Parts: sequence; structure tokens; C-alpha cells
Amino acid sequence: MSETQTETQAETQTETQTATTAEREAALGGIGCDKRRKEDARFIRGQGNFVDDIKMPKMVFGDFVRSPHAHARIKSIDKEKALAVPGVIAVLTADDLRPLNLHWMPTLAGDRQAVLADEKVHFQNQEVAFVIAEDRYAASDGIQLVEVDYEELPVLIDPKKALDDDAPILREDVKDKDEVGQGPRRHPNHIFNWQSGDKDATDKAFDGAAVTVKEEMFYQRVHPSPLETCGCVASMDAVSGRLTLYGTFQAPHVVRTVVSLISGLAESNIRVVSPDVGGGFGNKVGPYPGYVCSVVGSIVLGRPVKWIESRIDNISTTAFARDYHMSCELAADKDGRITGLRANVLADHGAFNSHAQPMKWPAGFFNIVTGSYDIPTAHVTVDGVYTNKAPGGVAYRCSFRVTEAAYLIERMLDVLAQKLGIDKAEIRLRNFIKAEQFPYQSCLGWEYDSGDYTTALKQAMKAVGYEELRKEQAEKRARGELMGIGIATFTEIVGAGPSRNCDILGIKMFESCEIRVHPTGSAIARIGTKSTGQGHETTYAQIIASEIGIPSDLITVEEGDTDVGPYGLGTYGSRSTPVGAAAAARAGRKIRDKARKIAAHMLEVSESDLEWDVDRFTVKGVPDLSAAMKDIAMAAYSNLPEGLEHGLEVVDYYDPPNMTYPFGAYICVVDIDRHTGEISVRKFYALDDCGTRINPMIIEGQVHGGLTEAFAIAMGQEIVFDEIGNVLGASLLDYFLPTAVETPHWETDHTVTPSPHHPIGAKGVGESPNVGGVPAFSNAVVDAFAHLDVTHMPMPHTAWRVWQTCHDLGIDK
Amino acid sequence: MIPANFEYHRPGSVDEAVSLLTEHGEDGRVLAGGHSLIPMMKLRLAEPAHLIDLNGVEGLRSIAEVEGAIHIGAMTTQAEIIASDDLAARCPILREAAELIADPQVRACGTIGGNVANGDPGNDMPAVMMALDASFVLRGPGGERSLAAREFYEGPFETARDDDEILTALRIPARGAGQGQAYCKLKRKVGDYAIAAAAVVLTMDGGTCSQAAVALTNLGITPLYAEAASAALTGTAVDAAAIEAAVEAAVAITDPAADLHGPVVYRRRMAGVMTRRAIETARARATGG
Ligand SMILES: Cc1cc2nc3c(=O)[nH]c(=O)nc-3n(C[C@H](O)[C@H](O)[C@H](O)COP(=O)(O)OP(=O)(O)OC[C@H]3O[C@@H](n4cnc5c(N)ncnc54)[C@H](O)[C@@H]3O)c2cc1C
Repeated sequence: MSETQTETQAETQTETQTATTAEREAALGGIGCDKRRKEDARFIRGQGNFVDDIKMPKMVFGDFVRSPHAHARIKSIDKEKALAVPGVIAVLTADDLRPLNLHWMPTLAGDRQAVLADEKVHFQNQEVAFVIAEDRYAASDGIQLVEVDYEELPVLIDPKKALDDDAPILREDVKDKDEVGQGPRRHPNHIFNWQSGDKDATDKAFDGAAVTVKEEMFYQRVHPSPLETCGCVASMDAVSGRLTLYGTFQAPHVVRTVVSLISGLAESNIRVVSPDVGGGFGNKVGPYPGYVCSVVGSIVLGRPVKWIESRIDNISTTAFARDYHMSCELAADKDGRITGLRANVLADHGAFNSHAQPMKWPAGFFNIVTGSYDIPTAHVTVDGVYTNKAPGGVAYRCSFRVTEAAYLIERMLDVLAQKLGIDKAEIRLRNFIKAEQFPYQSCLGWEYDSGDYTTALKQAMKAVGYEELRKEQAEKRARGELMGIGIATFTEIVGAGPSRNCDILGIKMFESCEIRVHPTGSAIARIGTKSTGQGHETTYAQIIASEIGIPSDLITVEEGDTDVGPYGLGTYGSRSTPVGAAAAARAGRKIRDKARKIAAHMLEVSESDLEWDVDRFTVKGVPDLSAAMKDIAMAAYSNLPEGLEHGLEVVDYYDPPNMTYPFGAYICVVDIDRHTGEISVRKFYALDDCGTRINPMIIEGQVHGGLTEAFAIAMGQEIVFDEIGNVLGASLLDYFLPTAVETPHWETDHTVTPSPHHPIGAKGVGESPNVGGVPAFSNAVVDAFAHLDVTHMPMPHTAWRVWQTCHDLGIDK
Repeated sequence: MIPANFEYHRPGSVDEAVSLLTEHGEDGRVLAGGHSLIPMMKLRLAEPAHLIDLNGVEGLRSIAEVEGAIHIGAMTTQAEIIASDDLAARCPILREAAELIADPQVRACGTIGGNVANGDPGNDMPAVMMALDASFVLRGPGGERSLAAREFYEGPFETARDDDEILTALRIPARGAGQGQAYCKLKRKVGDYAIAAAAVVLTMDGGTCSQAAVALTNLGITPLYAEAASAALTGTAVDAAAIEAAVEAAVAITDPAADLHGPVVYRRRMAGVMTRRAIETARARATGG
């Protein structure tokens, strides 16, 4: 034994004597700890580094000339006056990109999207020309002066008319193709038909049913509203031939691959960096024309090009969400036990099929539509169509169409309950998948990992005093007052995804983590995901701390730089915890495996004599003899057993065996002013079960944010078009972003049902509140009118729509 | 979202400002708090070639009592209106309405003069000034004149102010005994303009309404003084029948446009609901309720 070793051991032993296990655990700040977020120190001081903070020498600015029409042929484009504006350097059009074959780009859904309008524009505000200038002012002056001559064409706005024989054909570029990336299609405006389930068995269930109910529901087109809009800085180094692309990317590694595929640059010559990103919510997953034009501009000019969306650009052009016209039927026995479900959806995808989901899933995971209920048979069809609207169809704070599915089934449960005169909590209790049925195989093909829905709902009912609320409601109804109680007991499906069924451009949806432990006992971890505000720097550090026994404060987490971190598929669909955190935990375990070897060498015992104890290995039966992780780290660089490589670093690529299925029980109470239609949310109680809870404070923050967005969607958000395709209300003057004043008070609660297949049992929570929140609000609003035989009211529940219901019922006076 | 080029001027006195306005004619535009004008410039809906900033002009920021009347300098901010306890005691509707305008950031810059001079039917203060029977003091190259708020509004963003005149002050008559005031505004969220709003000022004299004024926000192409509604209350006990008549008369003069907050029929109905609530509140306040 060398001298240093003896010393270290002596130190370690004194430490052990003074610190109890509990104290050492607390010092780690690991899993379960309510740590404050590391990243907030810079955010609350205004010291973040967002893409628009990036300034580079000789940087120029790009901005788009956009189409005033929703559907028109471009007869000519005259750049001359724009080029005469002092400071304007270049004006790019589709004709300039054509020789590079960059006037179109592939979408993540197998379709293609115009980078700059090629002969035709397909939606209002579509990108027509890209003006590059010395500063933003000159670019803005330049775009006013590009003269575009349009010939207007008939406009298709109503998706229900898209497949008519006499519908105008929108996508002439693909009109003769039998498919546009997602299976056979039957009309030039048709994109795909997707089905799930057993049609015959479902028909049979309906034929023999004691009761059936049917409802048409439209989940309106909405737009994610990150505080920061999309943008990028592209910088081509003419000498090295290397392109650096900074941008607001939720999936930087995928962006690198896409840029390589469409530009022909070697991936090794591309560095993609997502700096701090101010919210994503699905809006920042896919590629946009602004990125391509900035890259081309930088290659052509040899200068960095910055492009930053305005708020109007963001709301009216980059990816929207939802826009599902749904029709649903339930069959049930006389006690309300559901025996079959049928759902048909018409999906409005806008002008290009640019949704961002795993590629085999044109309607995302919509077939999670049987929800938390043990429904024996179901059949679902989804048809996607083109219209003259902006493209998209992304998962706005949800996992790929789960929000639409959860909204549908949660509303339908209420419709069925009303039809049968059964209480809305009771109908859920009767239909829940029981705790003992997990892992549960749904009739539409999913294997739910774990859950206990009955316990969750009963806990929720007790917490809000459900029986008393119903009593109060009955009294109020007798007095002519409107009070509603809404329940949502939803199940999410997150963590895309297993390689057998989830890929993007053929790349499987794994996640990765690299950990390097430094000699003096701190570490750096790099993960392939990208936080857009979720607090990854804190959460991942906590997980790794618990796995490797180094305090989370001493673990730096880095994401977003493709030159630095391992390849990963990014952050969306609540996948960071189910997939990224699993990679982090497993990488930690690999570190521990090597550390064990080193500890055995240090303590001169065999590996099997050692046991892990919070932050050290201890010799079994001799608790005083131990090697702390801090000392093992130094030994990894200074004192190794023969045959072991120096260093303490690993990388793990994690392919999840299954999705995870977080769930919740939400109860919302509203009072409605029947004279104005205003809704006041008196109470909102949210119980979430996301399995193992890594940082309860961060979870609570995620739930608050998700519920606030759910409130926004249910009560006011909607992208509206007039009949000629003008997008109305594409600014925050009209588009509803609630402030702290309108936002209800949130009561949060939880149960813990760990995921059996996840390394630490965690499930992901960022999106649950949005998924479950929307139907909870909607159910509460409709419930206020349930005694007047109202079964459904369209979202968003703005004052005038609610007033309209009151007015139609004659109760507004 | 970037304004077109303009030249910036910062006069130190009203006279200097007036002569700049006279010099630049239609191309000149006064800048007060900027919270209506600058958003329009960013959207290039307004492209003034000369911006004449009043923030350096002396003597336009004040709240004073002159022989019982209240004189407010045009550059007094909405936040200052809210902060003044004296004003809230003398004329409580000003604080009540100002608190319903925009948000604290906007109110910290936005001025009362800008709010009434703007000519946007969505601004809240014009209806309040009409209900209070306030007058506006204007200074131009030919000197000073005073115009009644009720005569000031001519069309959307069109007022009786001449292009070369500056609004320097607002004058509000003294509040007599038994006067109750109320402003009721229906809006979706903080920062939103009214779906419908009503200002009511009425005086109760031994159970009878001796004087009443009703005015409406965002329910037509200009702010609306509801003369018939006001008359329907005067001389009554402001009982259910009188209120019903006033509400009907108020609704009758509304002509709002449909927007994302609702169709015309909804906004007109809400004009009625807001008018009713404002009358009931003003009456209760007038009688010490
Ligand atoms: C998010 C947001 C929400 C808002 N919500 C509301 C609301 O709910 N209710 C409401 O009433 N307002 C609202 N506003 C507008 C706000 O109150 C403005 O501050 C106000 O309308 C204009 O005052 P200003 O001092 O900012 O004037 P500016 O914007 O500087 O000027 C407005 C116009 O008046 C002219 N002008 C200004 N002062 C004078 C003067 N002394 N003499 C002659 N002409 C003059 C200017 O030339 C310009 O044409 C909102 C604004 C924002 C940004």
C-alpha cells in the first residue's frame, strides 16, 4: 500500500465516523431532493444566452417577404427596388435556390415543404423571398419593396371539403403521386389514411350494445407559445469549410443530420448548437425555411446570417398543433361498462405534411384513445388532408396526439355518464383498468406499464370534498345558478421510443449520456436531449448524483452542442426523463461498476466483498473500511489495478423497452356568469403520478406550467381563418396567453407508481398537466349545463361561446 | 415588426413643440407614452417622418385643483392617476378605469393625454371623460382653445384636434354632492381592450336622479356618449324600469364590429350588461351604498 493511499483511507474513515448515512445522502442532493434549479441563477439575472444574444463579426440579417394570399400563383418577382435599399445585400427566391436543389426540403413526415414558394403560395404568410441586409432595419425596409405579382387561386379552408371532387387541388407538385410518405391516398388533397383496431369486432360490439352515445368534437387549431420565437445564426467558415448553426432547436443532433442530408455537407463539417432555448412546446422540433435560407445565405456571402421570427411570423407560420375534427361513439351495457369504442378523425395538416412525430405514426399515438379504461374492443381511423393553412401538426406540450385522444375519451366518459344518469366519478371507477391488471394490454396495441387509477381518483375526490361539491351544485341549480365540476382521469403515453416502432428519418429514438468523472471528484455529464426550460441541468445531475455518489452540485450537465455531446433525439413528447434520464442512470451505473474495481484495488479486497453505500464502497461487515467516490476518482487517474484503463468515463445509449404511462386525476370546479358567459375557476386540484419523483419542486413547476397552458387552450386559444384564408388573430393582442391574474390557483398532489421497466422507475411529467388539464376544464364547463341536457360545448370556452349556450337555453337574462 | 425611418425631435416647451408640428404638418406626430403609437409604427400602420417627443416638455405633468375643478396635464401617466389618493377621493372613476387599462408596464408610460388624443374607440378614458363632461385644452399656432370631450371624437383615430395642435390638459368639473360614478369593463384578460364597457356618472338628490351621464367604450367607431340613456335616468328614482329604459337606449346606439371575442350580437348584449351594472353600482355609490 502506498503512502498516499493510507492517508486517503484514514481521512475517509474519520469522515464516516462524523457523517451519518442520512447526512451523506442529504449532502448528495440526489433523487427526491427539492433542489432549486441550477439554471435559474442565470435566467433570473437576465444572463442566459439565447440565440438572439449571439453576435458575430460581420453578421448580417435575413427576413422574409411573405405571401398576403392563402393560395396564388406567383407570376413574377421583382427584386430591383429592394436591392437598391442601402444596406440590402441580397434577395433570395426559389429560382436562386433551385440550382442547389434547396428550394424544397424534406419534412419529418415524408412529405416535402417549400423553402421559398416555388411557383405557388399555399398559405398566407408563406415564405416567398429572403432579404439579407446589413441590419434588421434595412432587411425590414427591403422586404417592403420586393414586388411580387400574384394570380389568386380558389382557396380551400374547410378540411371537410378537401376531398370533394371539385375541390381545388393544392399541391400540384405531388398531385399524381399515390402516396406522400405515409401510405396510400385517394385524392390529390389526401395525405394518408391510418387505422388501428378491429373493425368487425367493434361493429359487433355496437350491434349488441344496450346503450350507445355519439358526439362530434373539434379540437381547434392552436399554436405553441414559447416566450422565445424560432431563430438561428448560420455561420459558414469559408476557410475550413465548416458550418456552425446556432438555433432554437429541441433536437440539435437530428437537425445536424437533416442539414447534412439536404446540403450535402459532411456531418463532420456541421456543428449545431442549441444555446439557451426559451420554451419549445413542440414548436421547435422540425426544420423551417428560415434555417435553410440562413445556411444558404451564409454559404453564398461567407458571412454569418441571423434570422429571428417575429411573434406574428411565429404564430402564423411555424408549426401549429391539433386541428382534429373527431367523431366518437361508445357502446356500453346498462350499468355504463364500456364494451366498444369507435373514433373517426379528419386531421387538417395545412399545406405541407410537416408534423413531427415518429415516422411510422402519421396520427401519432392517437390510438391511446381508450385511455384509463378497460375497453375490450375499438376501431380508429384518421385521415389527413391538405388545406391552405400553415403546416404543422406538432405535439404542443404532449406526446404526439395524446392530447387529442385524452380529450376525446375524457369527454366521452361524461357524455355516457349523462346519458345513463350515472355520476361522472362513478362511471370512471366502473371502467378503470384495475391495479392488478398491469402490465395491461390495450385493445389498440399498447402495453401500459403500471398504474393505480382507482386509488388516484378516490384520493382526489376526498381531497376536494366531491360529495359536498355535488350537493352544493344541486342547491345552486335549484336557484338557477351555474356551477360545474369537471373530472379527468387521463393516461399519457410518453418516452418515444422503443427502436422497434419509433424512428425519425430511420434513426431510432434512443437517448444517450456520457459521464466523465474528474480526478478531484467532480463530474461532467452530456446528454442528447435539450432542455428548453425543464431544468435538465438540475434533474440529470440529481439522478447521476444518486448513482455515482458525487454531489449534484459538483456535476455539470451539458446539452445542445453536437460537437460535444453524444447523439440523441432531443426533447419533446416528455421523453427526456423516460429515455434521457434512463441513459443517465445507466451511465452512472457503468461508472460505478468501474469504480468498484478501483475500490477493490484500493482496499485490497475482492469486488464481491464490497457494497455500495450512498457515496462510497464499504467492505461488507467492516463498515469502517471504505473508499469514497471522491478518492476513487483520484485513484482512477493515479492508482489503478493492472489491466484497467485510466480515467473514469463512459457513454450509454439507451433503447427503451417500452413507453411509460404517467397518469393523473384532476378535478376542476367552475362558476359561470350566465349574463356574460364568463367562467371563474374556483378550484383546480391535480393529482399526478409520474412514478419515481426526481425533484418534487421541478415537478410542481412543470405541473403549474402545463395546467396554465391547458387553461389557455381550453378557455381561449384558437388560430382562426376567414373564408379566403386570412389568418386572424396571429398576435398576442388576440391569441390568448393568460397572465398571472387570469390563471387559477393550482393545488397539486401525487401518488407514486414506479415504472417497472425504467432504471429508476420514473415516467415523465412535463406534459401530463396539459393532456389532462384540457378535458378537466372542458368537462367542468359542460357539467355546469348538464342538467339542461347539454352534452358538449365546443372549445375554446370563451365568454361569448358560453354566453351563446346560455342564450340558446334562454337563461342569459 | 420594425418601424420605418423617422426623424426624432425632443422639444423643451409647448411652443417649441407646436412650431415643430406646424413645420412638419401631416408628416409630424407627437409621441407621448408611445404605447399606442409605437406598436402601430412597428406594424408600419403608422409611418410618421417626424416624431416629436413630448417627454421633455415642461409643465405637462400635473394634477391640480382649480376652483373645485380638476386639471390634469396631458403627460400625466396612467400610473400617476392611479397613485394619486387625492384624485381617487375627488373623482374615483379615474382610478377605477385606469386600473382596468392594460398592465402596470404600459400604465407606467402611457399618458392620460395620449389615451384621449389617440382616438381609438377601444381606449377607456374617452368614455370616462364623456361621462364626467370633461373638456380638453388644445394649444396650436393660433393659441389655446377648449373642447368638450363629448364633441371631440369624429371617427376611428379622427378627432376635432387639428394636426398642428397639442393637447395640453384635461379639465374635469367638480363633483357635486350625491354623485356616484362607476366604470364596468368586460374583457378577457389583463392587457385586453374592452369587449364592452360603460361609464356612468349620476347624481341622486333625495331619491331622484338630478343628473346622469352614460358613455360607452369600444362599441362603435368612436367612443359613444349615450344621450338618450342618460336622459332615461334623469328625473327618475333609477328604479328597475328606468334602468331597463336606459340600458335599451344605450344598446340602441351601439354599432360594434364582430371580432375574435364575439359576434356583433354578443358585444351589443354585453353593452347592455355593462351599462346595467355600471348604473346599479353608480347609484349605490351615490346613495352611500
Ligand atoms: C398591451 C397594451 C394594452 C393596452 N390596453 C389598453 C386598454 O385596455 N385600454 C386603453 O385605454 N388603452 C390600452 N392601451 C393603450 C395605452 O393605454 C396607451 O398608453 C394609450 O392609448 C396612449 O397613450 P400614450 O401616452 O402611450 O400615447 P402615444 O402612444 O404616445 O400616442 C397615441 C396617439 O396620441 C397622440 N398624442 C399623444 N399625446 C398627445 C398630445 N398631448 N397631444 C396631441 N396628440 C397626442 C400621438 O401622436 C398618437 O397619435 C394598451 C396598450 C398596450 C401596449
